Amino acid sequence: MSHQRVEPLDVEAIRAEYPILDQSVDGTPLVYLDSAATAQTPDPVVDAMSDYYRESNANVHRGIHHLSQQASVAYEEAHDRVAEFVGASGGRKELVFTKNTTESENLIAHAWGLRELGPGDEVVLTQMEHHASLVTWQQIAMRTGADVKYIEVTEDGRLDMDHARKCITDDTAMLSAVHVSNTLGTVNPVNELVDLAHEHDALTFIDGAQAVPTRPVDVEEIGADFYAFSGHKMAGPTGIGCLYGKEDLLAELDPYLYGGGMIRKVTYDDSSWGEVPWKFEPGTPPIAEAVGLHAAVDYLEEIGMERVQAHEERLAEAAYDALSAIDGLTIYGPEPGPDRAGLVSFTLANVHAHDLASICNDHAVAIRAGDHCTQPLHDTLGVAATARASFYVYNSVDEIDPLVEAIEDAQALFG
Amino acid sequence: MGTGSDMYRQQILDHYKNPRNYGELEDPTFSHVGENPMCGDEIRMDVVLDETDDGATIEQVAFSGDGCAISQASASMLTSTLQGKTVDELLSMERDDVTDMLGVDISPMRIKCAVLAEKVAQDGAEIYRGDADGEKTTIED
Repeated sequence: MSHQRVEPLDVEAIRAEYPILDQSVDGTPLVYLDSAATAQTPDPVVDAMSDYYRESNANVHRGIHHLSQQASVAYEEAHDRVAEFVGASGGRKELVFTKNTTESENLIAHAWGLRELGPGDEVVLTQMEHHASLVTWQQIAMRTGADVKYIEVTEDGRLDMDHARKCITDDTAMLSAVHVSNTLGTVNPVNELVDLAHEHDALTFIDGAQAVPTRPVDVEEIGADFYAFSGHKMAGPTGIGCLYGKEDLLAELDPYLYGGGMIRKVTYDDSSWGEVPWKFEPGTPPIAEAVGLHAAVDYLEEIGMERVQAHEERLAEAAYDALSAIDGLTIYGPEPGPDRAGLVSFTLANVHAHDLASICNDHAVAIRAGDHCTQPLHDTLGVAATARASFYVYNSVDEIDPLVEAIEDAQALFG
Repeated sequence: MGTGSDMYRQQILDHYKNPRNYGELEDPTFSHVGENPMCGDEIRMDVVLDETDDGATIEQVAFSGDGCAISQASASMLTSTLQGKTVDELLSMERDDVTDMLGVDISPMRIKCAVLAEKVAQDGAEIYRGDADGEKTTIED
């Protein structure tokens, strides 16, 4: 595995930049294992945003004055910087800021899907899609008369690629697949999926919400037509997400939302649109958040995404080993390895996931319990809810111990 | 250890592990189903009423379903207290009555679990009386 080749993270030094982690819950030191829901935000990112508000805050694009120029340059450059981080050579012409991954999905589903889909067309998803993609394409398909197909998940939590080859046909208009499952932790073979779709002249949308924060991602190497991710899972702020799209595809799409800042010319009768990305970013955009996301990307690149990935894999492996030693505990998703990300979902016999999360909270261990916005996948797994522990750069292997203690406490209580 | 540990006192664990009045009644006057979509918990309440001119009294009540310790214990305890109560008394119950019955502090994120059974019983009674309609109760807030 890759972590044998890269220098390990200095977790102690990293944690010094996350004062939020240095606190106790009712006298017990906090153990934050919910980064797949939202990652914590390091000082350099918080500082960049507060410096922006203290020194450069103004509205963008329209101002001639000094502050507006500063804000505009910072906002525009953030597009280029984030594009570069995920390997999009077109810079801002290929990178749109949205509210989050969900809005990125909605943007393409509306701007492209409502125009292009119709009866006889198929949208191919996976059984492990997050609701962000699943609900969006399901609803757009219902409105357009298109069909939705789901690539099945195997017993060991991977995509059934034989089934994928059956699902993706000449009738497939769009393949939308999650890069890293937020429930199973599976790292899907997105290059292969994209190639399969392209062989049938279908477009591809990859949900990278759990991938971009945790591993090197190069959208051009993957070959995806569209690729989405969120700021708050990658050490950045909430309120900003990204949509990568190939330059020619974004250029020919009409806007999804309308308003100011996105137009070229407006009359009482008609309007024409500005350039990408502005035509997809109407209204006052998340300017401070863009500055924060720029800082987050700088921060992650300084650590090195190969090292982040190796750290995640090491934690996933340690958690997998420690949890699988507990009687009555079931882990979902593939075994540790290169196709397993740093999150572990599990159930404990006789203890409901929400009770488990409550008891973990008594131990100051923050985990998530529920359906993780993958209800159909939970139906397939045959469970109503799972508990999920997830990790990031600031977590140490030692933090798995209090998790195990909490689980054993729950077991003793309910046994 | 935090305050939340109080949620799992012996009484609640006892009702969770040995639920009272668990199952389905053969010939209920009304039955109703409800769910908490946040955690997928689902509870069905079956009620047999003794109806006289003075009003309706709950003669028998049972619950079934799956869920967390809080929702299941709450259903078990509720069914134990409902027998002999009138429908009016059931309908006048409030959220506090359930948390008082549980006898522990329920954390804000878990309150929906605690009140699910009460809401299902009350909605079922209202639908039976014709004061409400709807097929399934969903706890929204």
